[in-house]
Amino acid sequence: MLTGIYGLLSACFFVVLDAVDVAFTEASVGAGISGLLMLAAITITGRKEAPKRHKPFLALFVVLVTGSMLIYGTLDMPYFGDPEAPVHQHVAPRYIHDSMEEVGVPNIVTSVLGSYRAFDTLGEVAVIFTAGIGVLSLLSLPRRRKKIKSEEATEEQMHERHMVVRIVSKALIPFILLFALYVQFHGDFGPGGGFQAGVIFAAAIILYTMLFGLDTAKKVFNPALIQLLAAVGLLLYACVGVVSMLNGANFLDYNVLADDPVSGQHIGILLIELGVGITVASVMLSIFFNFDGRRQAQAEIQAEKQQSEQEQKLKGEQDVSRTL
Amino acid sequence: MFLGLYNYWIVVLLMMIGFYIVIAHGNLVKKLVGLTIFQTSVFIFYITVGMVERGSAPIIAEGISDYSNPLPHVLILTAIVVGIATTALGLALVIRIKEAYGCVEEDEIQKQDQLSEDES
Amino acid sequence: MLAHLPILQVVVPLIAAPLCWFLNRSKLVWIFALIVCAVTCVNSILLLIEVMKSGTIIYELGGWEAPWGIEYRIDKLNAFLLLIISTIGTVVLFAANTSIQKELDEDRHTLFYSLYLLSLTGMFGIVATGDAFNVFVFLEISSLSAYALIGLGRDRRALWAAYQYLIMGTIGATFILIGIGMLYQMTGTLNMSDLATRLVDVGHTRTVFVAFAFLIVGICLKLALFPLHLWLPNAYAYAPSIVTAFLAATATKVAVYLLIRFTFTVFGISFSFTSLPLQSILMVLGLVGVFAASITAIYQQNVKHILAYSSIAQVGYMIIGYSINTSTGVMATLLHLFNHALMKGGLFLALGAVMYRIGSVQLKQFQGLGREMPLTMSAIVIGGLSLIGVPLTVGFVSKWYLLVASVEAGMWPVAVLILLGSLLAIVYIWRIVEMAYFKPPLPGREAVKEAPWTFLVPIWILVFANIYFGIDTRLSVQVAQAASQSLFGINP
Repeated sequence: MLTGIYGLLSACFFVVLDAVDVAFTEASVGAGISGLLMLAAITITGRKEAPKRHKPFLALFVVLVTGSMLIYGTLDMPYFGDPEAPVHQHVAPRYIHDSMEEVGVPNIVTSVLGSYRAFDTLGEVAVIFTAGIGVLSLLSLPRRRKKIKSEEATEEQMHERHMVVRIVSKALIPFILLFALYVQFHGDFGPGGGFQAGVIFAAAIILYTMLFGLDTAKKVFNPALIQLLAAVGLLLYACVGVVSMLNGANFLDYNVLADDPVSGQHIGILLIELGVGITVASVMLSIFFNFDGRRQAQAEIQAEKQQSEQEQKLKGEQDVSRTL
Repeated sequence: MFLGLYNYWIVVLLMMIGFYIVIAHGNLVKKLVGLTIFQTSVFIFYITVGMVERGSAPIIAEGISDYSNPLPHVLILTAIVVGIATTALGLALVIRIKEAYGCVEEDEIQKQDQLSEDES
Repeated sequence: MLAHLPILQVVVPLIAAPLCWFLNRSKLVWIFALIVCAVTCVNSILLLIEVMKSGTIIYELGGWEAPWGIEYRIDKLNAFLLLIISTIGTVVLFAANTSIQKELDEDRHTLFYSLYLLSLTGMFGIVATGDAFNVFVFLEISSLSAYALIGLGRDRRALWAAYQYLIMGTIGATFILIGIGMLYQMTGTLNMSDLATRLVDVGHTRTVFVAFAFLIVGICLKLALFPLHLWLPNAYAYAPSIVTAFLAATATKVAVYLLIRFTFTVFGISFSFTSLPLQSILMVLGLVGVFAASITAIYQQNVKHILAYSSIAQVGYMIIGYSINTSTGVMATLLHLFNHALMKGGLFLALGAVMYRIGSVQLKQFQGLGREMPLTMSAIVIGGLSLIGVPLTVGFVSKWYLLVASVEAGMWPVAVLILLGSLLAIVYIWRIVEMAYFKPPLPGREAVKEAPWTFLVPIWILVFANIYFGIDTRLSVQVAQAASQSLFGINP
C-alpha cells in the first residue's frame, strides 16, 4: 500500500518537474505493477518481520559517508532549473529544435526514445525480457495437477461474494484495454508509448485475474502463448533494425524504411513501440501469473497438509473410541 | 545559494533513506523496498537535472519556446523499466527463498546455512 | 557486411535468445546456441583483425552521429575483450548439454540457454558501446541474467547467493547510474569520447570528483574487489557448473574493462591518477585482496570455494597491474585478463566434470580421483600450475610482465609481495593435488568413470591454450601491448 502511495507521490513530483512521460510510467509502474508484485510476494512470504535489527551502526556509517559525499558533490552543481546549465546547452537543443524536422514526432521524448537513442530502448526491452525469463526459470511450476471439482466450486463461491466489484470491473476492463491501445498509438503526440501501454494492458488483465481466479484467466490468456508473445515483441523490435540494415543503412536507421525519411521514421517508431508494448505486457502478465501460481500451489499444499492432519486426527479419535 | 540546491539535498536525503533500508534491514522484502526507494530517488535526481525554469513538458506545441530537457526523461524511462525488472526478479528470488528456507530473515538464513555447512 | 560487424556482435545473440523459445527441445537449442556463439566468435576475430589493421571502428546506431545518437566504438582494447568473452562463451557452452542434464530440470533447459545468450549479449554490449548510459542498460541485461542463472543452482544456497548478488549488484549499478548522471549534468553529453573532451573544462569541480568516486565504487562492487567481494564466493560455488565457468571467466573481466575505460578514456590519465589518491588506494586494496583471498582459499573445504577465492585474488593482481599506471602495467593487466579467463574457464569446467560424475565438489570427495579421472585431474593440475605462475604456462607470462612493470616503476616491495602471493597459490592448489593423487579413494564410493568427451574436449582446449599461449606469447602479448599503448597515447 505504502509503495503504491510512494509511487503516486513520485509520479506527481515528476509532473511538477515537467516530465509527463516519466510521471505516466512511474504512476503505472511504481503505483501499479510494482505494488501488485510486492503484495503478491508478501502474501507468500508473510508480513511479519523479526523485530531485531543488526549492525545499524555500520550501516549508518556507510550511509552517512555516502550521503555527505553526495552533498559535497552537489555544491558545484548548477542551480536547480537554471536554463544556462551545461545539460541544456550541448546535446539537448538539437532534440528540441530539430527533432520535428528529422523525426516528425511532436513528443520529443518519443522521438529521442524511439529514434535517437533507440538502441537504449532495445536494451530496455531486452532487460524486461530477461527479467521475464528469469522469473520463469525461478518460479515456473511443472504442469499442474487437475484441481478437484469441489475446490473449484468453492473458489467460484468466493468470487460470488465480491459481486459489486466484479460487475463494476467487468464493465471497466474493456475501457482500460481501450485506453491502453490509445496510449500505445497516441505516444507520438502526447505522453505515452509502448511501455506505458503494455503496463496498463497487463494491469487490466491482472485485475481480471484477481477477480476471477488464476485458472479462469489462464484459460483466456494461455501462458505459453504469452511467453511466445514476449519473444515476438523483442524480435519485432530487433527485426526493424535488421531490416534497415538489409536496406543498406545502419542498424535501427529508420530513414530507409520508406521513400521519405520522415515517414520512414514514423513507421519505425510505430513498429518498435508495438514491439515494446507486446513484450512489456506479456512479460508483466507472465510474471504475475507465476507469482500467483506459486501462491496457489502453496495454498494447495497447505490445504492438503491440513486435510491429512485432520484425517489423522479423525483416525486417532476413532482409535481412541475403539480402545474405549 | 542554498535555495538553488535544496532540491538536490532532498533527493540525497531520500537516497540515503533507501540505501539505509537496503543495508540495515534484515527482512528480504524490505530490502527490496529500500532498493526501490534508492532507485527512485536517483530517477528524481535525473529529472531534476533536466528541469528548466519556466519550461514546459517536451511536447512540441505552438507558442511555446522553452521546453525542459527531454534526454533525462528518456534515460529515466529506461531506468524505471530496469528498476521494475530488478524488483520482479528479486521478489521471485525471495519467494523461492521462503520456500526453501521457510523464512525471509537474513540472520535466520545465515544460521541455517551455517548449520548445513557444519554438517557437510 | 564488414561495416556492420560491431553491431552484429551484439545483435546476433540478442535475436537468438528469444528464438530459443521457438525450438524448445533441449538438444536442438543447445546446438543452436552453440552455432550462435561460434558466429559471435568468428565475428570478434574479424573485428580484431580489422581493428589491428585499420584502427578504431566507429558505428553509428540509427544513423545518428555521436553525441546525439549512440555509437559503437571498437578499438584494440575492446576488440581484445570481445574476443576473450566470445571464445570462452563458445568453449564453455560446448559442455553445457551434458552438464545441465544432471544439474537442471528438463523444463528449465531452454530458459537456461536463453539466459546464457542474454548474458553474453549484455557483456558484448558493455564492452562494445561508446555511450555511458548504454553501458548501464547492458550492464543490467548481463546482471539480471547472471542472477537468474545463479538462482538456477540446485542447492538452496544458490538462491540466497543470487539474492545477495542481486542486492549488491543493483547497489553497484545504481552508484554507476548516479555517477553517469552527475557527469551528464556537468557536461551535457553521454558519449564517452565527447565526455572526455568536455570534462577537461569542468574537471576541477567537486561534482566531477564525486561522480568519479561513485563510478569507481560502483564498478568495484561489480569487480568483486576486496573488500566488496562478499557476494562472489557463494555465487560461484552454488551456481550450476557451466554458469560458474562462464561467469568466472568473463564477468569480472568486463568490470575490469569498465574500470580501465572510464579512468583512461573518459576521465583521462592525468585526472584519474593525479587528482585523487586512486593509485595508492587501489594498489593497497589489490595487495590486501591478493593476500586475504588467498589465505581464505587455503581454509576452504569446497573446491569451488577455493577457486572462487582464488578468483578474488586474481582480480587483486589485475588491479595491481592497473594501478602501477604504466603502459607495461596495464598490459600485464590485460594479459592477465586473457590468461585468467583461460585458466579459470578450464578449472571450473573440470570441476563441472567432477560434479557431473560424483555430484559434489567437496575437497574430501576428491580422494583418489587422480587415478579414476586421470584426464580431468591432470587438467586441474595444469590449470593450477598456471594459476601459480609456473613457467611454460600462461600464468607465468602475465605474472612476469606484472613483475617487470612493478620493477620498472621502482616498486620493489610490490614485486616481492606479488611473488609471496604466488606462494600462497601453491598451498591451495597443493591441497587439491594431494587429495586427488596421494590419498586412496574414499571408502564406500563406487568407482568413478572418466568424464564424458563433451567435457574433456572443451577442458583440454582450454588447457592446451594455457600451455600454447604460455610458450608462444606473440599473439596475446602483441595485442595486449597495442591496446595498452593506445590507451596511453603511444603510437607503436
